[in-house]
Amino acid sequence: MSGAERYNIHSQLEHLQSKYIGTGHADTTKHEWLTNQHRDTFASILGHPDLINFMAICENETKARIRFNLVEKMLQPCGPPPEKPED
Amino acid sequence: MHLYNLTLQRATGITHATHGNFSGSKLQEIVVSRGKILEILRPDPNTGKVITLLSVEIFGVVRSLMAFRLTGGSKDYIIVGSDSGRIVILEYNPTKNAFDKVHQETFGKSGCRRIVPGQYLAIDPKGRAVMIGAVEKQKLVYILNRDAQARLTISSPLEAHKSNTFVYHLVGVDVGFENPMFACLEMDYEEADIDPSGDAAQNTKQAITFYELDLGLNHVVRKYSESLDEHANFLITVPGGSDGPSGVLICSENYITYKNLGDQPDIRCPIPRRRNDLDDPERGMIFVCSATHKTKSMFFFLAQTEQGDIFKITLELDEDMVTEIKLKYFDTTPVATAMCVLKTGFLFISSEFGNHYLYQIAHLGDDDDEPEFSSAMPLEEGDTFFFAPRHLRNLLLVDEMESLSPIINCQVADLANEDTPQLYMCCGRGPRSSLRVLRHGLEVSEMAVSELPGNPNAVWTVKRRADDEFDSYIIVSFVNATLVLSIGETVEEVTDSGFLGTTPTLACYTLGEDALVQIYPDGIRHIRADKRVNEWKAPGKRSIFRCAVNARQVVIALTGGELVYFEMDPTGQLNEYTERREMPADVICMSIGSVPQGEQRSRFLAVGLADSTVRIISLDPSDCLSPLSMQALPALPESLCIVDMGGSEDGQSGTLYLNIGLQNGVLLRTVLDSVTGDLADTRTRYLGSRPVKLFRIRMQGGEAVLAMSSRSWMSYYFQNRFHLTPLSYESLEYAAGFSSEQCPEGVVAISTNTLRILAIEKLGAVFNQMSFPLEYTPKKFVIHPDTGKLVIIETDHNAYTEDIKRQRRIQMAEEMKEAAGPDEQELAQEMADAFLNEDLPDSIFGAPKAGPGMWASIVRIMDPIEGKTSFIHRFDQNEAAVSLAYCKFSIQHRAAILVIMFVYRQLPEGFSN
Repeated sequence: MSGAERYNIHSQLEHLQSKYIGTGHADTTKHEWLTNQHRDTFASILGHPDLINFMAICENETKARIRFNLVEKMLQPCGPPPEKPED
Repeated sequence: MHLYNLTLQRATGITHATHGNFSGSKLQEIVVSRGKILEILRPDPNTGKVITLLSVEIFGVVRSLMAFRLTGGSKDYIIVGSDSGRIVILEYNPTKNAFDKVHQETFGKSGCRRIVPGQYLAIDPKGRAVMIGAVEKQKLVYILNRDAQARLTISSPLEAHKSNTFVYHLVGVDVGFENPMFACLEMDYEEADIDPSGDAAQNTKQAITFYELDLGLNHVVRKYSESLDEHANFLITVPGGSDGPSGVLICSENYITYKNLGDQPDIRCPIPRRRNDLDDPERGMIFVCSATHKTKSMFFFLAQTEQGDIFKITLELDEDMVTEIKLKYFDTTPVATAMCVLKTGFLFISSEFGNHYLYQIAHLGDDDDEPEFSSAMPLEEGDTFFFAPRHLRNLLLVDEMESLSPIINCQVADLANEDTPQLYMCCGRGPRSSLRVLRHGLEVSEMAVSELPGNPNAVWTVKRRADDEFDSYIIVSFVNATLVLSIGETVEEVTDSGFLGTTPTLACYTLGEDALVQIYPDGIRHIRADKRVNEWKAPGKRSIFRCAVNARQVVIALTGGELVYFEMDPTGQLNEYTERREMPADVICMSIGSVPQGEQRSRFLAVGLADSTVRIISLDPSDCLSPLSMQALPALPESLCIVDMGGSEDGQSGTLYLNIGLQNGVLLRTVLDSVTGDLADTRTRYLGSRPVKLFRIRMQGGEAVLAMSSRSWMSYYFQNRFHLTPLSYESLEYAAGFSSEQCPEGVVAISTNTLRILAIEKLGAVFNQMSFPLEYTPKKFVIHPDTGKLVIIETDHNAYTEDIKRQRRIQMAEEMKEAAGPDEQELAQEMADAFLNEDLPDSIFGAPKAGPGMWASIVRIMDPIEGKTSFIHRFDQNEAAVSLAYCKFSIQHRAAILVIMFVYRQLPEGFSN
């Protein structure tokens, strides 16, 4: 692989990572990955009316409250990020 | 292997609703989404009944739905945000009765994704632009305009993205004709994601951001952003331009705030709470949905809280500045997903779960003694207003639309011993839940039943004039007599109608403009408007045996199988055709279609013969009475009926169908080619054990067929689809269409010696349902194997048991008395008593929310036919039944044992069972 090509692939990946949130890279931590999974899941539940119904029945809350709670929970679904090790 | 699925009952819950003038007429319609179905509803302003105009499966998920109108336009378009990664603009086409796709622009991947727009939609109130947003980051703005032919155009998308930002809600701000502006509730999570201490997340504030679309530069800019104190869940646009002060109302937990750009200070008002509420005191209160009503001179908002209480919100203005927000308790309805206030004064509530309602707004709540709360009233921080919920005062229920959503459990069984099994369903949530019993069949409402002096053979209705709106006479034929009843405010016998009463009747009809015809075994009696009577006598010893008639033509079969044809000439005279025609076998039945609009005659006669054939005979003058086609039948025919179905309401004709009822109980439906008279494409259906009799009636402006065997069925064309549905009614013998002022589209029928007037209203419905209320969300039920009774477990999270509810009320009453000073004891006692005697049923006002981890549960034994509960076991607080089953053990041979599984959770402090 020539140097130019390698550079090209690298920039393509960077482009993807900035365009599609959650695209992984070599240094993705467990916490980042998990947070993204949760946010994706919550966004999907928000988009599917049947899943909102399901949660509203289980929790016995209004659908508007369920939606509000879901967006609220997207802020930090898995707690604060771990301390970055000093390197 | 093939899997086949057929939808018996389409979804009935509503996820989104919006209103507008979609058909372009003065009437307002409501567009609703039922998850994957788009439906257009029209509340009839006179009767208040909600009619479904169109229902379309879209094969996707509707996530947002909005109506908009171009400036100066008179027709609203529909914008749909879905999981398709596209923005779709639809126009309702009333002549085709369909949604026309005006635009469909792709912007992203399909699926309900985090960063693909479709979740939120916002419209510029002047209809110049639309913003479509995702849960995170992406927002696109499309500019809407007209081209030279006044067709709607859409621009390429303009991006208004912001990374690391969640969106709670989007609305268009009403800025009149300045550059379109959108307000967005956002939350930036970038800081929180990199702060390991968690402080940043704690301090992350929600912000309201205004995006301006610069129409000159074709560019979207973030105009202004401000962080908010409380987290809000949605925004309401305040009318602007010449109609109001512009800006937005921010609905957040416990507060509603008015905000606008410029010098306007924020105006904030707490959301009033119910006085003496049993809810968990830690809970906040949010508004769940809102509706805006705007006229030329005023505007107000209706907003509904989580408990279902609707508040009327008005703004006090000083020139262009808002000085005060005023809230007034309006009424309490079931919690809605969307509310629509219509110009005709109706309020449409699409419930989250359970039936949907249409209310009439009888009062605007302007001059009553209900206290009004204002942002100007002094209150300590954290303090709020209180109000007392009550029964409806301003709203009047006019219609209810059944909704099964959510169906939690269902079993199919024939517990009522009716041959066809019933569907038993557990529906709904909390105190509005129900057990519903569904039976295949159209609901029939009985308008009148009257006894007759004997057992009649047949019944017809006729109009005195063809252009009359309603029928004038009911004619009942007995073995040796005919009875004529006139339809007025009451139905009574008349003798001056001109009909011959001393003979049985074979058929009667309104002939031409204003004449009547009665066909009886010995002749044809033609009664002119001035009561002159022309008689045609059957020749010699032969009598009329069968006949077919419409508004211009009469065909009779004489004994021996000879056909005689009559047609009305322009002077209104009935003339016999010169030739007669001999049939190869005995005539059993005949039918002739109605005269198509603008034509002289119906061109086809269908004749059913004893050799098990049906023949189509031409009535065209060029080849009159010559056979055109023939179909062999599997059994002897009993009855024939030619109908024109599938035409539009304005009289455009559809397809001709020949319905053939056989003596073995089978109904055949065959397409009759309207040019050649050929028969093709036969459909077969078994209706019942008795020979099938067919009757042509009118339904919703079109023709329909009533088919009677051991059960009665109706075959009709509704919303571009054929329906053949049994009527949920006892068996009938003979029927005719019936139209009067009280019942514009009914049926008059005979059953033994009674005459019945019936109305069939819920066209399109496949099931008719009976509903029995339950207390908590039903989780599961089993059928007792021996008695057929149902055992239902009902369990709710976040709820109190009846017992604890009572305890809490007594406790609150005590506190009330304790809080009062010594000289107020009497008053406090009165208040406490009033509070304890208050009757606010949970099914209307909602059950109190007990907080997380609080469970209430019961087991109920119910008779599914009567709906009577014969036994209830109430579990203690926090015992939750989750499953049940019947078991038989080998040592216990006699009875089935009911096994119920429940879980128990420790009660929190301060509670005891």
